[in-house]
Amino acid sequence: MEHITFEYPTAQRGITKRAHVGVVGSGDMEVLLEPSPESGAHVEITTSVNGFRDAWKAVLDRFFSKFDGAVRIQINDAGATPGSVLLRLEQAVEVIQQ
Amino acid sequence: MIETSIVPAFVNRGSFIEMNGRDRAKSLFDKNSWRELVGPFDRVESPWLPKQGIAPQSDDGCIVIKGTIGGTAAVAISLENAFQGGSIGEVSGAKMASALDLAARDSAAGELTAAVLLLETGGVRLQEANLGLAAVAEMISSILNLRQYAPVITVIAGTVGCFGGMSLAAGVSSYIVMTCEARLGLNGPEVIEQESGLEEFDASDRELIWAIHGGEQRVGMGLADALVEDKTEAIASAVREYVRKGLPPQHRSRQVNLYRDRIAALDNANQINPLQLRQLWSSKESKGGPQ
Repeated sequence: MEHITFEYPTAQRGITKRAHVGVVGSGDMEVLLEPSPESGAHVEITTSVNGFRDAWKAVLDRFFSKFDGAVRIQINDAGATPGSVLLRLEQAVEVIQQ
Repeated sequence: MIETSIVPAFVNRGSFIEMNGRDRAKSLFDKNSWRELVGPFDRVESPWLPKQGIAPQSDDGCIVIKGTIGGTAAVAISLENAFQGGSIGEVSGAKMASALDLAARDSAAGELTAAVLLLETGGVRLQEANLGLAAVAEMISSILNLRQYAPVITVIAGTVGCFGGMSLAAGVSSYIVMTCEARLGLNGPEVIEQESGLEEFDASDRELIWAIHGGEQRVGMGLADALVEDKTEAIASAVREYVRKGLPPQHRSRQVNLYRDRIAALDNANQINPLQLRQLWSSKESKGGPQ
């Protein structure tokens, strides 16, 4: 198991809602997305699969190239593929935009 | 011109099994009547799983929803089968037992609160073995306490089934609702095969498994009460019906003499088959008396 954190200080847009999507089941993950108490976006990942920091960074860099919300994101992962990770993050954004 | 759809009707039936644990629980309540207790943002997770290299879940796979069902106060406790096989650990067990205790407290104070247990679970979480066992014991005493006042309705939809310690929780509940896909048993097929050998039970024989543990058989032999299709509305309506009905005249687990006599009367010189058992045991007595 590995803990990974990332900071995206330029994500400054205020967010009011929060979202919880996904399940920590094989090949899937859960996302808790909520307004950040500080400025910028903070991502905390707990994953059961070690050694994929670079892949996580690539997926989150891409996500924050489009999304600019000042959020705190917590991910509990049970081996989601990069494609599933991005879909779950986009689903969480969809929920807070409803 | 006749329009034909290429989508078969069962695809649009509104499957209960295919929803996640949270949506299954919500689907049982009157519209806009529910709220979640100790939800994911409260972050009450298992402290034991990360120590063993397993990612935890923010609700520990146990979802508690409070609201009204057919106008009556009710709490649903739903186990998420996709997280660690719906297993019971320290946190998920404590959530379940506390929710049942709160329902009993409200019921004793005059606000009758029924409980619905959505048990898609392999039983105790092996990574938290002793704590999980303790949780099952607490939960059973909580169910026994609550069922003096209000019904405890277990729903087993499939396909994980309900096994191990949690099958005991199902066994002491007031009513059990199952689908054909669901299974209920103390020991799961693989455990029986592992402990007693292939001659005793072949865990790869699906026909045998469902003939013994399957919903149709369990309802047929009176160990469960209602067999419903895997449709959200069908399951919600069965649950509403039991909430409305209230307590059974007698709980199945109190019928010790009935079952003692039935077991004593079985002729075990010959292999008993599942259909025979249904004929011998399917009487109204075992379904909480006359309906």
